[in-house]
Amino acid sequence: MRISRIAALAAAATLALGVTACGGDDAGDDTGSGDKSFPAGSTMERLNKAQAIKVGTKFDQPGFGQKGLSDSPEGFDVEVAKIIVKELGIPESKIEWVETPSKVREDVIVNGTVDMVVATYTINDARKERIAFAGPYYEAGQNIMVKKGDTSITGPESFQDGAKKVCSVTGSTPAEEIKKYVKDVGSQLVLFDTYDKCRDALKGGQVDAVTTDNVILLGYIAKDEESFQLAGDNFTKEPYGIGVKKDDTAFRDFINDTLEKAYADGSWKKAWDDTAGKFGAELGEAPAVNRY
Amino acid sequence: MNVLIDKFDVFAGGFWLTLQICLLAAIGALILGAVVAVLRISPVPPLRAVGTGYVNIFRNLPLTVVMFFAAFGLPALGSNADFLRIPGLDLIFSRLGTDLPYFRFALIALVLYTAAFVCEALRSGVNAVPAGQAEAARSLGLTFGQNLRYVVLPQSWKASVVPLGSVIIAMIKNSALVGFFGVVGDLSQTADQLTSAEGHAFVPVAIGISIGYLIMTVPLGALLDHIEKRQAVAR
Amino acid sequence: MNQQSSVLYDVPGPRQRRITLISSIAATFVLIAGAYFLVYRPLEEKGQFSMDLWGPLVDPSNEYFSQVWDRIGYGFKNTLIAAALAILSSLVVGTLLAVLRIQLKHLGRRRFTGLAAPMSYLARGLTTVLSAITRICVEVFRGLPVVITIFFVARGFPEFGISFETLWYLVIGLTIYNSVVIAEILRSGMEGLPNGQAEAAAAIGLSPLQTTRLILLPQAFRIMLPALISQLVVVLKDTSLGFIISYEETLNIGKQIIGVLDNPIQVYIVIGLMFILVNYSLSKLAQYVQHRLSRGRKTAGTPAQNPPPATLTAQAEGTGGI
Repeated sequence: MRISRIAALAAAATLALGVTACGGDDAGDDTGSGDKSFPAGSTMERLNKAQAIKVGTKFDQPGFGQKGLSDSPEGFDVEVAKIIVKELGIPESKIEWVETPSKVREDVIVNGTVDMVVATYTINDARKERIAFAGPYYEAGQNIMVKKGDTSITGPESFQDGAKKVCSVTGSTPAEEIKKYVKDVGSQLVLFDTYDKCRDALKGGQVDAVTTDNVILLGYIAKDEESFQLAGDNFTKEPYGIGVKKDDTAFRDFINDTLEKAYADGSWKKAWDDTAGKFGAELGEAPAVNRY
Repeated sequence: MNVLIDKFDVFAGGFWLTLQICLLAAIGALILGAVVAVLRISPVPPLRAVGTGYVNIFRNLPLTVVMFFAAFGLPALGSNADFLRIPGLDLIFSRLGTDLPYFRFALIALVLYTAAFVCEALRSGVNAVPAGQAEAARSLGLTFGQNLRYVVLPQSWKASVVPLGSVIIAMIKNSALVGFFGVVGDLSQTADQLTSAEGHAFVPVAIGISIGYLIMTVPLGALLDHIEKRQAVAR
Repeated sequence: MNQQSSVLYDVPGPRQRRITLISSIAATFVLIAGAYFLVYRPLEEKGQFSMDLWGPLVDPSNEYFSQVWDRIGYGFKNTLIAAALAILSSLVVGTLLAVLRIQLKHLGRRRFTGLAAPMSYLARGLTTVLSAITRICVEVFRGLPVVITIFFVARGFPEFGISFETLWYLVIGLTIYNSVVIAEILRSGMEGLPNGQAEAAAAIGLSPLQTTRLILLPQAFRIMLPALISQLVVVLKDTSLGFIISYEETLNIGKQIIGVLDNPIQVYIVIGLMFILVNYSLSKLAQYVQHRLSRGRKTAGTPAQNPPPATLTAQAEGTGGI
């Protein structure tokens, strides 16, 4: 009994080894990593040689990066990341997706937990002190979502009355931005770890508004048009960039080149139409990448 | 290290809010736990079943799940926990009275969860009273209520103090979770806010937050050790 | 339980039985009415019982059913992995810590008379410092919330250039807290043993380390087994804190499912039931073990009625964490 079990295990192990070996070969052939060459010592060369990359994205952002019932995330950010990874000569199946909620994004880049972050990541100066941004590849703006038919909130100024309650996510730019308008943070501002909870709180009537980037809100509205609407226009500009290590200018240039190529050949637009575009958000003109 | 001095008011505010929720939750959990304990040893079978069921459910659920049901299940039941907006009390515990219900929801979750452990601590105290005491009381003709009130509870109290203290310490530590369920500005949320959103150096913030919790838990633990040693000698 | 109750009140006579019956019926009625009006009705009005929300979880013919349970299974596997690793490493570290503290206590009593005067002072100073350090570590890590410990590990380790998979942050965070608790459980178990045990061991020429290893530790493990199993329940519950560092355990997967299917209450009820089931079985196991042990001890002639105070605290300590 025991011997046969061990034998079976051994057989299974050999089989598994054989399969992975074959798989490795196949992947090598598919990508043709040989025909891509990168400057020696660059991040691109290192990733191409390793044939593996870790990409940070959100797992809870409908239309941008959401992991639901399958075991890999879907959305615009995910598609943009795939375009870049393809350009690196790495097959899609070799991407390791790492969940990076708003508050950890700088840390995972600085610590090298991931190779790049594509996660509705607003470019701003404070963040540029610790990391560098390629892009932008999209320009969003902060907005406010309220219950359908609520006209008492028309913009961020409405929170100066000291009574209206607003919800956002810990450590995000929108949360910091709205603090400028809110009169009493303790009794007016709620912070959760995900926007889903904010949406539930708005639906349940515990808060009067949810604030974050328009595209995220549009995702919720598209799913439940009878319950929610936007209140007024965007009151900030949020250019989304791709986060990489601060001193890695070569990699940043590479991503910028790839983005421009994707603007030109239509793969950028296709990525949008397949994902966030379904929610009726505007894509607009391709934003010019910022090579600083 | 500057952040400890510059942001002292933020740390102090976080400490005060955590202390508020712990004080209120401790009072609530002691009361509810005592009620559940009486249910668990009462002569009426359905009440006993309720007590036992309560303890088994809340002792085996992660607090995260309880918190979730308080924060999202209660609104689904149509409650904003407004019964906790006790006039007068909200002068000291200002968050109780605000329109924003998450402080109250978090409080309810902590009370519900901790009460199960309080019940068990009290029951272990009752168990520690020698059976002869209750039997003697019964032979004097005391009823269930009188028996508990005059004979068993006064003696069990002593044996319950140390386990109850441990439960309260655990509760103070558990309160760190409220920062993740919509209570803005307690110690744990402060840690998150200062390091993630405002980008302060990690180590000094960690030290500050740790001190905040240790101030509450360590002296209480030392006090319990002291009581325990004294009781051990008395025995 | 019944035995305990019957100590508190007399075996009911006919009249008392009638009163009990009536109050039972009344209580049942009130409970059912309360559950109906306060829980069932509001949920029903909000459509929380609709098959749209429950279907993916309970109806095998639903298009999402197999995907949802695949994901929950994956999450549950991760929960068990994290819990198993955490409890194993906590046991190892906890035992070592307990032995270390006991040894340091012995060394603290020694005068090191065999050594030259400066060396003996040095040795004594070293012992004092070491035992102070372990004492402080125990107090600090026992006093910090597990959430905070996990958060600190996940944020602090990378700060010093050490980074792992998320799983290991969770395991390390849980180990730091639980090993300290287990060390205290074992230490109080060893100190609660009758003095005669250690004295007899010394009399037959065992060194302090041998005494601890061969005589005290095995007995402490035996006495403290129920408390140790309760600690397992605590660890299992605490793995749910993995959500704050994005570890994909059961609750985090639940969150992802909710993001798509929009049925938070239903998903949390199912996950809650899973936790209750597993943890309830573990608590029952702990009770069974305790029962067997106390029976065993009774035959050995030790009164098992009044457990030493150490046992009581250790069990209450088991309520630590989340």
